[in-house]
Amino acid sequence: MELALDIQNLQKKYADGTPALQGVSLQVPKGDFYALLGPNGAGKTTLIGIATGLVNKTGGSFKIDGIDFDAHPEKARRKVGVVPQNLNVDFFGKVIDIVVNQGGYYGIPRSVALPRAEALLTAVGLSDKRTTQARQLSGGMQRRLMIARALIHEPDLLFLDEPTAGVDIEMRRSMWDYLKTLTARGVTILLTTHYLEEAEQLAKHVAIINKGTIVADGTMDEILARYDEAQQQHKGYRGSRLEEVFLQLTREPEKPS
Amino acid sequence: MTSYEQWISFYTIVRKDVVRMLRIWPQTFLPAIVTSALYFLVFGAFMGSRIGTIEGVPYIMFIVPGLVMMQAVMNSYTNVAFVMFQSKFFNRNIDEILVSPTPPWVLIAGFVAGGVLRGVVTALLVLLVALVFTPLAIFNGFIIALFLILASVIFALGGLTNGVFAKSMDAINIVPTFVLQPLVYLGGVFYSAKTLPGIWGEVTMIDPIFYLVNGFRYGFIGKSDVSVWLAIGVLCALAALLFAVVLYLLRTGLGLRQ
Repeated sequence: MELALDIQNLQKKYADGTPALQGVSLQVPKGDFYALLGPNGAGKTTLIGIATGLVNKTGGSFKIDGIDFDAHPEKARRKVGVVPQNLNVDFFGKVIDIVVNQGGYYGIPRSVALPRAEALLTAVGLSDKRTTQARQLSGGMQRRLMIARALIHEPDLLFLDEPTAGVDIEMRRSMWDYLKTLTARGVTILLTTHYLEEAEQLAKHVAIINKGTIVADGTMDEILARYDEAQQQHKGYRGSRLEEVFLQLTREPEKPS
Repeated sequence: MTSYEQWISFYTIVRKDVVRMLRIWPQTFLPAIVTSALYFLVFGAFMGSRIGTIEGVPYIMFIVPGLVMMQAVMNSYTNVAFVMFQSKFFNRNIDEILVSPTPPWVLIAGFVAGGVLRGVVTALLVLLVALVFTPLAIFNGFIIALFLILASVIFALGGLTNGVFAKSMDAINIVPTFVLQPLVYLGGVFYSAKTLPGIWGEVTMIDPIFYLVNGFRYGFIGKSDVSVWLAIGVLCALAALLFAVVLYLLRTGLGLRQ
């Protein structure tokens, strides 16, 4: 099996001593739609930060499309696109410039990047906003802008860190439809989301991370097979099967009162 | 990255900065013009007529190079410090470059080139304002250009170091007010170091702006308190040191990567 991302024993301890990742190993097959799930503070964003070169790791190694990131960071970075959790565009920049400039940082000349950016903006439904400043876009539009920006250099592996947070249902559905066309074209997607029904519908493989450790990973069917009706503790609201498995694996044991 | 791709990345960083500078020109270029006009009016036209000459040239002609240099230094520094700090702290769009294959030295070159452009353009504008108040002699145009670019490079590198390290806006604002301005005022903008009493003449020698102002002034009036070659040597060494510091910061991720 060819791997788009191969992480071995990844560790991260922040300067204040907080252990964010404690020996995470993860294999993402090429062309997969892979969901990395976990509660807040589990280490998902740190993992993506390390894999995109934005966070320094304290141990372990990883390869992107077979390229060791430590040995060949420039080659590895070319393969990766990222849509971060927080909006990080130049709010005073024009939409088209933001996408084209991102191409420039990958060495793509404006003459090549411009038509590519136009096509991407059309694909994400922002072609009529091309000369609008990013600050004038809605939150959902800014997220779609970040998707277009992440794709300008045609990456093989796309990290999506909670890309639909705060996005309305209709826009979310159109985003997923577009992202599914990317995986159909061979782009590997690693997604983190708190909307587990999205992950259940979209992802072929799932990993669940909690407190910096992978507590479960496998195909979606394998993860869902861990659903155990007998372990249900809550009698009230019941979520999807993935939601229940997620809670079983990540829930803090109740302390005796 | 190939050399051509590195050039594209460099050009993109500079172009983005130039577009920003032009978009907010009342903040980037106008203040220097207004401030300098006031300096020329008060220190040059009003007080200068009473002071007479220094080093055999009219006082206003003597202070023009220093005031031009002051604006070049301030503008190149604040441009890079502010752009770096804003892009790493407020909207975090520095990540656009950090995730890309752009090597750290290209990032430095791009940011510094933006600062140099701002410094040089501001200096030229201030020179134009100076021409309203006094005719200017040019003794050596090459020396003028060299010192202007050296000053902008050094202080753009300093601004980049500050921008990478700063954890708050205060840290950005403190340096121009409490470090740069004293260095500028004590660096011989308004006086000749030869006129300073006792130890103050020697203290001035450790101020890098003293070398910049004197070298730059030499290009105009052909007179300097210090050897121009010594000044070039000191400034090149300072530029190399600052470049090494910034390169180390970017390669290790100190101040930028967690």
